[in-house]
Amino acid sequence: MATTTEVKPEPVTLNNDEILRYSRHLIMPEVGMEGQQKLKAARVLCIGAGGLGSPLALYLAAAGVGTLGLVDFDVVDYTNLQRQIIHTTADVGRKKLESAGEKLKAINPFLNLRTFETRLTSDNALELFRQFAIVADGTDNFATRYLVNDACVLTGKPNVYGSIFRFEGQASVFATKEGPCYRCLYPEPPPPGLVPSCAEGGVLGILPGLVGVMQATEVIKLILGKGEPLIGRLLLIDALGMKFRELKLRKNPDCPACGTHPTVTKLIDYNEFCGIRGEDKPVESNVSEMQVEELKRRLDAGEPLFVLDVREPHEYQICNIGGHLIPLGDLPKRVHELDSSREIVAHCRSGVRSAKAVAFLRQAGFRKVHNLAGGILAWADRVDPKMPKY
Amino acid sequence: MAKIHIPTPLRQYADKHATVEVNAGTVGEALTGLVSKHPGLRRHLYTDEGKLRAFVNVYLNDEDIRYLQKEGTALKDNDSISIVPSIAGGSQDRDELSNLRIVELSFPRRMRCCPACFR
Repeated sequence: MATTTEVKPEPVTLNNDEILRYSRHLIMPEVGMEGQQKLKAARVLCIGAGGLGSPLALYLAAAGVGTLGLVDFDVVDYTNLQRQIIHTTADVGRKKLESAGEKLKAINPFLNLRTFETRLTSDNALELFRQFAIVADGTDNFATRYLVNDACVLTGKPNVYGSIFRFEGQASVFATKEGPCYRCLYPEPPPPGLVPSCAEGGVLGILPGLVGVMQATEVIKLILGKGEPLIGRLLLIDALGMKFRELKLRKNPDCPACGTHPTVTKLIDYNEFCGIRGEDKPVESNVSEMQVEELKRRLDAGEPLFVLDVREPHEYQICNIGGHLIPLGDLPKRVHELDSSREIVAHCRSGVRSAKAVAFLRQAGFRKVHNLAGGILAWADRVDPKMPKY
Repeated sequence: MAKIHIPTPLRQYADKHATVEVNAGTVGEALTGLVSKHPGLRRHLYTDEGKLRAFVNVYLNDEDIRYLQKEGTALKDNDSISIVPSIAGGSQDRDELSNLRIVELSFPRRMRCCPACFR
């Protein structure tokens, strides 16, 4: 492998505009001119310009981090705006990198912004990480979490970690020389047999703000070499109780990535590792699908179809097509409410949960059961445009 | 009495409780007490062989029990036990939360009346 020589930070100086801009840093001894120059010389890579990435990138840019890399391939949509504060209503439909880049440069024109419009993969991660000194992980799935961790361990870059769920967050600094990595804590992901529950979906909009700002704080501390970084500590944030707890993390000598005899010596196929190959689509092959137009036509014709809604009660309140409500998680214990002699059409929001419901019902002996393709979202798009989407 | 902190993703199996108090001498007994109070938690914490799942970390106060005496770690009064599952969320853009794998939709045991049920 070709050796990538570390780009030596040029001796940086601040011009008068920068001195004025950063004056509230410069007058505090913990930063001062030396610290501000370190910030300017720093190269930080943010993975994701979404919930965590928004506050993270905004604060790093404002604080005077010289070079900021952003990796994202997504487009802004309306449901992002509740928490992804780097994007505005006018940005809906634009590339996140474009939208974020504009805001970051507006906040700090001195920023050297480098955008990478790509999905982070095992093929590009090492090359990308080598160009930066610190990596901040704002991704949202297990596969990329493990990829970021392993690539950080392999390239020797600290991984400033944050993750969120509903109103709970976790933050830490992984993969430093002396500290543990993500795999010391979780050697492997939960098995794919344990599937998601949308009952527990959603996230409090401020939570990524809280956790993303913590990540930004840790990045800046690492650059300055000041304070006590979250190395070897996992911070648990409970926004509902507004309680913060801290757990000790140890470097595991048997860790597959950073232990004394590592087995992770190159990047692997993380989708396979996390067992999510093809999980985006229902894996059940024998799920019979029905299109929303057919359902509409047959209901209008008075056919005795039984519509089963497997979403949660609070989703039913947002919009519904009058189906019988049994949340997916309750289906096993409430299956007796269904008549297997009737033709059943199951639906959820987008069709993923109801596919699982259909597979389950078939396993339970139901024969005439279909999945409504695209769920109630497709219904709103193609049958009833007045129906709200969420 | 030891207090067990239940993480958000698992609260739905513990009658929505954030903490559960149990009387127990060791961490293992406390967890056994917890799943007997809330049987729905069992399959999320234990494998079919009755071992704690690898992706569920258990802490006594701020220390990982793997670095203490594991489930045999003795409890003192007012100790607090935390169950810390891995969460991967960061943006919540993905549909249907494929990053959270907690709920298992399985065939309920009581319905398994004969081998034909497993078609």
